[in-house]
Amino acid sequence: MTQSIWRMPRWFHQMGSPKWFYDIAGRLQPWFALATAVLLIWGSVWGLAFAPADYQQGNSFRIMYVHVPAAILAQSVFLGMAVAGAVGIVWKMKVAFMVARSCIGMGASFTLIALITGAIWGKPTWGAYWVWDARLTSTLVLLFLYAGVMALNQAISERQVAGKASAILAIVGTINIPIIKYSVEWWNTLHQTSTFTLTAKPSMPADMYLPLLLMVLGCYCLFALVVMMRTRTQILETQSGSVWLMQHMDIQGAK
Amino acid sequence: MIKFMLTIIHRDLLLLVRQPSEILNPLVFFLLVIALFPLGISPEATLLSKTAAGMIWVAAMLATLLSLELLFKLDHDDGSLEQLLLAPYPSWSLVLAKVFVHWLVSGLPLILISPVIASMLFLPSQAVPVLMLSLLLGTPTLSLLGAIGAALVTGVRGGGILLTLLILPLYVPVLIFGTSSVVAAAQGLAVSGHMALLGAMLVLALMVAPWAAGSALKL
Repeated sequence: MTQSIWRMPRWFHQMGSPKWFYDIAGRLQPWFALATAVLLIWGSVWGLAFAPADYQQGNSFRIMYVHVPAAILAQSVFLGMAVAGAVGIVWKMKVAFMVARSCIGMGASFTLIALITGAIWGKPTWGAYWVWDARLTSTLVLLFLYAGVMALNQAISERQVAGKASAILAIVGTINIPIIKYSVEWWNTLHQTSTFTLTAKPSMPADMYLPLLLMVLGCYCLFALVVMMRTRTQILETQSGSVWLMQHMDIQGAK
Repeated sequence: MIKFMLTIIHRDLLLLVRQPSEILNPLVFFLLVIALFPLGISPEATLLSKTAAGMIWVAAMLATLLSLELLFKLDHDDGSLEQLLLAPYPSWSLVLAKVFVHWLVSGLPLILISPVIASMLFLPSQAVPVLMLSLLLGTPTLSLLGAIGAALVTGVRGGGILLTLLILPLYVPVLIFGTSSVVAAAQGLAVSGHMALLGAMLVLALMVAPWAAGSALKL
């Protein structure tokens, strides 16, 4: 009886089949591409050109529209990668490992963008490119975690083994992320009380945070789009020569 | 299962006793790294006493990592690891036994020698027991977390540097609380909070690491 509670819906298992994923992702892709383009263009034009300047930071705050989405994505991509890896381990789905593998590059790029834009933003506001602030340090450690997963993935040539190994590392890393975050925060308060923080955040008017919301949503769509594209490419690489793919390509070619 | 673990522990210790350089090398490495800091920074007592805790902890981490590389490698290379995994016992019990031996030969000597190092680095004497206690709680965590990395890179070419890349980010919390407990003790502050957190991390690592390393070994 208990087993029926744990039974997953049918679409869940269907997504685990390369054929289904290839089809569904292929159909969803154009819509995500459209959403990404609309959200990112709308959000950045609104944020960069029309949103009011900050009363303290002037126009330099506008880098927020890149920095904040990148920082949010940096963390959620790692979580997504770990979840995909766990799904792959539990239900033995090849596609889940491919999705996790597709996440690595995107996550590392977002982390790097968050760090670089943060440094550029830090110079005019804090007077320094880098301070050993809790958030900065934990983001840097996150970049190292991505580097570890990436290196492990590249060191193991067999895809299935590499996928499982990276999944284990991602899961362990995800357990560790909150611990790192809180320990770094405590460390920071112990040693560095005079660090500049973002605590005195002015309550933003809607004209300032709505573009930000659009940018965050746009980045999520971009991430989903790139993951689908990369996973489809991996399916093409690994399933080349399989019957369904041949037939599928024939249909594509006939259109 | 207890018997299985005891057999592994006995076997690994026997192997190490017959190859004593493997026990001594991490210790010598630890001392060498410690000796480099005053040479590189400054021999001034006030500066050294402030930075002693961090130096000792960083050196302990590097020494642990150095010896972790061989945790599963030798058994993997001669094929005995495969046989041990085929034994009718859960793989985490194998990992736990091997990690215990690793801590016995890498963590414990560091703890025992740490008072000497502490006095060389002018650490205030009231902080020395705290340093030893923090190492006692922290080094098993280092060995446990490191076992995950060692299991993941077993059989991978160039595993040593990869292991460092995988594991050092995970060591950050242990480093922070280990160091800050000693700093707090040197300033005469309470350290029970730090110790509780180090203990909590050890318990968490005991729960997660043997399972993760065990499933990594089976790949």
